[in-house]
Amino acid sequence: MKLTLLWTDIMVWILVFALIGWGGVLSRSPQVKKQWHTVFKSPVAMASAIVLLFYLAFALLDSVHMRAVAEEGSANATSAEVHYQGEMVSLLDLLFMHRIKQTERTYSAPFATHEYAKSIVVDKNGVTRQEYLPLKYVTLPKVRSEMEDIVRYSFSAIILGFTIGLFMVLLHLWLKGKAPFHIKVRDVWQGKSTLPWRTAYLTFMFLLIVFVWLYMLSYHYHVLGTDKVGGDVFYQSLKSIRTGVLIGILTTLVMLPVSIVLGISAGFFGGWIDDIIQYIYTTLNSIPGVLLIAAAVLVMQVMMDTHPQWFETTLERSDLRLLFLILILGVTSWTGLCRLLRAETLKISQVEFVMAAKAFGVSRWKIIFRHIMPNLMHIILISVVLDFSGLVLAEAVLSYVGVGVDPTMYSWGNMINQARLEMAREPMVWWSLFSAFIFMFVLVLAANLLSDRVQHVLDPRNKS
Amino acid sequence: MNTILSVENLSLAIGSEQLLKSISFKIKEGEIFALVGESGSGKSLTSLAIMRLLPESIRVSRGDVKLRGYSLFDMTELQMQKIRGKSIAMIFQEPMSALNPVMTVGEQVAEVIRLHLGLKKEAVREKVISLFEEVGIKEPAARYHWYPHQLSGGQKQRIMIAMALACEPDLLIADEPTTALDVTIQLQVLTLLKQIRAKRKLSILFITHDMGVVAHMADRIAVMKEGVLLETASRDTFFEHPEHLYTRQLLKDAIAMPPKEALLQKETILLEVKGLKVYFPVKKGLLQRTVGYVKAVDGVSFTIPRGKTLALVGESGSGKSTIGKAVLRLLDSCEGSILFGETDLAALGEASMKAYRNKIQVIFQDPYSALNPRMTVGEIIREGMVSLKIGPKEKKAQDIRIGELLEKVGLEKQYAGRYPHEFSGGQRQRIGIARALAVEPELIICDEPTSALDVTVRAQILSLLKKLQDDFAVSYLFITHDLSLIPAIADEVAVMKAGRLVEQGSVKEVLYQPKHPYTRALLHAVPTPPPVYKEEE
Repeated sequence: MKLTLLWTDIMVWILVFALIGWGGVLSRSPQVKKQWHTVFKSPVAMASAIVLLFYLAFALLDSVHMRAVAEEGSANATSAEVHYQGEMVSLLDLLFMHRIKQTERTYSAPFATHEYAKSIVVDKNGVTRQEYLPLKYVTLPKVRSEMEDIVRYSFSAIILGFTIGLFMVLLHLWLKGKAPFHIKVRDVWQGKSTLPWRTAYLTFMFLLIVFVWLYMLSYHYHVLGTDKVGGDVFYQSLKSIRTGVLIGILTTLVMLPVSIVLGISAGFFGGWIDDIIQYIYTTLNSIPGVLLIAAAVLVMQVMMDTHPQWFETTLERSDLRLLFLILILGVTSWTGLCRLLRAETLKISQVEFVMAAKAFGVSRWKIIFRHIMPNLMHIILISVVLDFSGLVLAEAVLSYVGVGVDPTMYSWGNMINQARLEMAREPMVWWSLFSAFIFMFVLVLAANLLSDRVQHVLDPRNKS
Repeated sequence: MNTILSVENLSLAIGSEQLLKSISFKIKEGEIFALVGESGSGKSLTSLAIMRLLPESIRVSRGDVKLRGYSLFDMTELQMQKIRGKSIAMIFQEPMSALNPVMTVGEQVAEVIRLHLGLKKEAVREKVISLFEEVGIKEPAARYHWYPHQLSGGQKQRIMIAMALACEPDLLIADEPTTALDVTIQLQVLTLLKQIRAKRKLSILFITHDMGVVAHMADRIAVMKEGVLLETASRDTFFEHPEHLYTRQLLKDAIAMPPKEALLQKETILLEVKGLKVYFPVKKGLLQRTVGYVKAVDGVSFTIPRGKTLALVGESGSGKSTIGKAVLRLLDSCEGSILFGETDLAALGEASMKAYRNKIQVIFQDPYSALNPRMTVGEIIREGMVSLKIGPKEKKAQDIRIGELLEKVGLEKQYAGRYPHEFSGGQRQRIGIARALAVEPELIICDEPTSALDVTVRAQILSLLKKLQDDFAVSYLFITHDLSLIPAIADEVAVMKAGRLVEQGSVKEVLYQPKHPYTRALLHAVPTPPPVYKEEE
């Protein structure tokens, strides 16, 4: 096994470490600490944050890629060169190896034991019949009924999930704070802790139990059914998390520096700098975003098709397309924040504390970094959390239209795109769309609830 | 005389916190009743409670308000709507935000009349025009179609008064109606209110913090502090025999102090401004051609001696603050010379100006926007020391100096670690002063440093400034619109009008023998409390 990181993997890990570092710096300022404390005082915000962390954990798990060493033939066993398999796998794939390898023939409903449509078979007696074929990788109940089987598997899975969850919660409680352990447990149990930890733990336990239940049962069934070519929908939905979350956070990473630098310079320096920046974002804003994205993606596609030697694996190829999509989304979406920041900078640079700094002969860069940037932080944060859910949805729309991520890549947009035809079948194949919808809905809802709270706390206009 | 309004044991609370504690007073017919107190004393809350316009979180915990004997708290919301505007009308502090910017002023007044009196189209119009005439608006028929932005602040306040009078109310609540206006305009509005009172037998509940205005207007006066009504008295007894200690303090702080004694010593000139002109270009069209100039400051010359104070007086828009910014070299477009000692600051580039930055410092008007909310007090004071390389270099020595500075301005050492929002307006102004002092300036430009503060705090800040002048021999360029402050702080006065100095000289000459008619008009307009009250020593 060799660790091979894709471009997007590297970016997302850099971002994670940067965030941790930034959090460390911020936690030194008591003012900022207090603000975030206020954000998480709301149980809804706490629960949303746990849900988001859960999604992020899957995205990160799926962002560690490696290539297995190819099984060496007898002929070149002596050669010093090591050959790797053409396929890259992530940590998440390793967890789901049993489902990746076991693809069915075609559609099957969640928890089904037989295929969804009848097939023509010729039996031993040479009679041609139409019947529902049993699934290849589902253990058929032998003695008991199917329902009894599910209940039995579920029971053990739920107990397992509960035990793991409880262990992790208690571990966290034990490590957190200095008070005696039993007092901490009692406070949390009675909801007396300053932050709503009870809500957080309950959300965590619930999510963990649901996941462990689905995971354990995925060894026996296709819990969310299979798609047209027999792929497991549960696995697809989990793989799509990475695509959605990455587009949500990496686009902001691309967009932020551009809008911060341009917005602040336009507002602070004024004059011709302001004019040029305003012309740029007005022009960019007047081009329809979808058109620009479609054109850029098509150009990229042609370029990739003419240079197949750039990519060793298909995954690298689709990853580059994802990266490119992130870049182009970033280019089209910085204008809104830039405009906001320009206006706020204009306002702040006329305020008297900036005048005072000028009277002290403080240099312009220092004024920007010490006086203007800190007073813009709330706007930046609010727009980052607000944009996140918008970008996750944008991915789905773009992939549906066909200019989004690579068709071979797992994404909710692609799942919905395929479901377009499935919904027209009779009987209807509903589970692909349903899974994509539920997974996306929970993510976007959690992001929106959290951003509501962040906006409420950080926006100075809400104070009174 | 009949009692129009009686407030009986009114108590307001938010949660468990008491905001008003058992307030009682009566307003008689045709009387001007003044409610005096510092900000946060509960004056405006009382008026809102009378109108039943309190925010939902505040509840009336006890007491009653009776209008002509009928309890207002017993009425339904529908009945109350008829009372508001028709029986009790209100005018606000800020005429700019109280008028709808997209409706003509005539229409706005007409709307009130239609709503409450139900007159026909033509009758409404006539009524509005006669009201405009009554409140002293020239060409009322033409002004009917004007929008608020076309009118000046004083005229807008007149429109507000016309709107309040439209339905012939019994009681007019005036909540600091002249605080946002210049002194000359303030006098006009106050005179108008008095005239209307005499003509209509109107009762006025006049809310203010300005003792001068009170002395000019009120028949009876009530003093409030922290939600408690301290004393109620008629105007004469109030100024002659104030009972409560707090009232005495208020009066003492409000009364103009005797001019500073001129010290006989050789004066050296610290700053000399010669022929200063600041023109702002007016740009128009696609190519931003300059089509003309706004002459903010037009040929101003003055000198400030070392260790002395020059007060720069004028109404808003006269170019006072622009002079301050020009001296600080925060403006690019200025002509003339600013001689600081031997050097002409106006001729220096930004880099060479840095050497003089520490010599000239500034204190601002609004203590809330003058301090960066994201920096601690210590960081705020340190910034100038680091940037201009004044004082000790090591952080520890700087910390000690910050502590000393805080103590010098009457704060405590340990405040250095706190953030500005934890302090009151007066304390913030002290922090602003400490920040300026940190770089050992020779001249401090005080841009209306006390106009956002209450009277007692204002007196404290002024005496702090005086003490610092004695200790460090700094000079002040004291920019203000409030003539009553001048005797207390200034040695010399310069009066500004529309970018030019119309008169300058020593405090005694300008205040007691004004030569220019504009100075006389200004002095005449200042409402001062009668100087009958003297503190018994």
